[in-house]
Amino acid sequence: MALLGQFPALAGVDLEIGPREVVLLQGPNGAGKSSLLRLCAGLLRPESGDATILGIDLAVNRAAVRRSVGLLGHDTALYDDLSVIENLRFWAEVSRVDPNAVLPALARLGVQSRLNDVAVRHLSAGQRRRVALAAVVVRRPQLWLLDEPHAGLDQAGRDLIDQLIRDAAKAGATVILASHELDRTVDLATRHLTVAGGTITRDVVVGAGGSDVA
Amino acid sequence: MWSSEPEVAMWRDARLVALKDLQIEWRSRTTFSQVVPFAGLVLVLFGFALDANRPVLERATSGLFWVTVLFVSNLAVQRSTSIETTDGARRALLLAGIEPASVYVGKAVAVAVQLLLVEMLLVGGVIVLYGAEIQDWPLLIATCVVATAGIAGAGTLLGALVAGVRARETVLPVLLLPVLAPVLIGATRAFDDALGSVAVDGWAWLGLLAGFGAINVVLGALAYGVLLEET
Amino acid sequence: MTETPTVAQGETRTVGTASRTTWWLGLVVLVGTVALVLLAFFVAPEDDEQRDAVRMIFIHVPAAFLTYVAFVTTAIGSIMWLWKRSVWWDITAYAAAEIGVIFCALTLFTGSIWGRPTWNTYWDWGDVRLVTTLILFLLMVGYLSVRSMGDDEATSTRAAVVGLIAMINLPIVNRSVEWWFDRTLHQKSSLTDGNLEDMTLFTMVFGLVVFGLFFGWAMIHRFRVGWLERELRVGDLDDALAARRAEAIDHQESST
Repeated sequence: MALLGQFPALAGVDLEIGPREVVLLQGPNGAGKSSLLRLCAGLLRPESGDATILGIDLAVNRAAVRRSVGLLGHDTALYDDLSVIENLRFWAEVSRVDPNAVLPALARLGVQSRLNDVAVRHLSAGQRRRVALAAVVVRRPQLWLLDEPHAGLDQAGRDLIDQLIRDAAKAGATVILASHELDRTVDLATRHLTVAGGTITRDVVVGAGGSDVA
Repeated sequence: MWSSEPEVAMWRDARLVALKDLQIEWRSRTTFSQVVPFAGLVLVLFGFALDANRPVLERATSGLFWVTVLFVSNLAVQRSTSIETTDGARRALLLAGIEPASVYVGKAVAVAVQLLLVEMLLVGGVIVLYGAEIQDWPLLIATCVVATAGIAGAGTLLGALVAGVRARETVLPVLLLPVLAPVLIGATRAFDDALGSVAVDGWAWLGLLAGFGAINVVLGALAYGVLLEET
Repeated sequence: MTETPTVAQGETRTVGTASRTTWWLGLVVLVGTVALVLLAFFVAPEDDEQRDAVRMIFIHVPAAFLTYVAFVTTAIGSIMWLWKRSVWWDITAYAAAEIGVIFCALTLFTGSIWGRPTWNTYWDWGDVRLVTTLILFLLMVGYLSVRSMGDDEATSTRAAVVGLIAMINLPIVNRSVEWWFDRTLHQKSSLTDGNLEDMTLFTMVFGLVVFGLFFGWAMIHRFRVGWLERELRVGDLDDALAARRAEAIDHQESST
């Protein structure tokens, strides 16, 4: 169980996910998908129950998980007044990531190089999203946590994300993404979880049979 | 590529955060286009209020100077805090795995630098507007540096405290100003000595200011993490 | 009746914080207060210089003492919350701050009007303790402000940090005000000039005891209110969890 202020965002989740899995979280708004992602990132404290992410027990040391995960939330964590490059270099340096990875990551995300020195406040929402994703890519996380990654992106951007996810899984990482774009993500995921009321109501492994989790 | 020693890493992170904050301030130009004019205006308004009475102004210069600095510090801390509250930056700082104490020191240094800049200009202001004559420059400068360290230290911690609170702008001064009362007392007396207006031992007051600064900076470094994590 | 009641789901009950303990304590306080008033106004002698105004001392000193008791309680409570996540201490810290701020206001008020007939001034900057108490008042108001902004754990943590900051900085404030008056030309005042007559001393100690009992009485009540609020919050949480789980079941049913 995990609380947001006083609200039980997560009300009992039983889950086990392994490497190379691409897990899709679907469910209604307010179901707790974002909270589950934040819990996995080591940002939410589990009030009760056990949670082990990448071998680290969250009750003991949440902070240790954070370096190994990459979270893309609804916000971008970009400083408006700094340029794209300045933002990414800052985040790379404080995350102990090689700053030389920044330019390739931006290119990978299709951010035009002419935008590199532009202040983030002048970018469109879609461009900001790409930059925020580049920040995740640069970290090369073992666990990717993506909260509606396709939102605000054009068709090319969405294809790009799908490719990124496939590549990440192939490289051995685990990807958990929450999305409402079912038709696109259905082929991508190896597992579908339905989240509702702060808990998991359906757990379907693609290819095998499904199970309804009561 | 990076030193594996944690202490060195912490200072490095603090420097990165400080540079980032200062860069943002420079780009947005708030310090120069808003804070400095505000400080100047306060000096002028005091002049009006005290009826341009030269002897009174001279006697009151130290106090007016530091009251102005306190008002400015409220603004500076607000600005410093609001940089991180935009768009999930606080969460990203946690995810980056950076030591909270490093964030604290970096932000406090950035606030201190801005305050020192404003103080330099204010010194010019009081010389021109209030006819102040500086008799002991080393004392003056030392007072500014030490007092500012304390202000930035206490302010940055309180800034983080009010970061998630809804009436942030009004609650910060209520907390900040009582805590900074010793700075006002000490810095004003030290300035009195430096301006030669009152026979007090300014350097002794500097000792008090240094004590205040040291204690609050240590407290800040220790408590900042809790606030970043939990609130 | 000394057990803290829990409210069952859906039930509405009016609950009081009174108990046998508080009833007897309250009675003692009431009797004690009457006795104190009699002692203070009729039995204790006048002061040669200050005449009747000195009677302020019988409220001022106990109120000041208890203000600091309350402050220390809040400080300890803050530390215990930050260190051990102790809910009991968190509630106590909040209760002590609320009651303490009232005693603090009383201290300042009596300290202020005490000066008026004697030195013709409402506020004596030279009284180090009074000035420090004023800053303490402001800090307590700040603490209560932060507290009132929410009622979750984050709020408790914020308030606890304020308590910590106040606890560490108040001695510095005191020191700096002290130095200020030592090193400048202000005239020092004194609340107690040392020579206290027996009756005055007795009345003051008696007043301390009565005020202390009143403080205890108020703390018990206020603590219980805080405790009940927590119970309600936990109850709300249980309701919220139940509602949350119902959401899940609804969703399952509607999608299959």
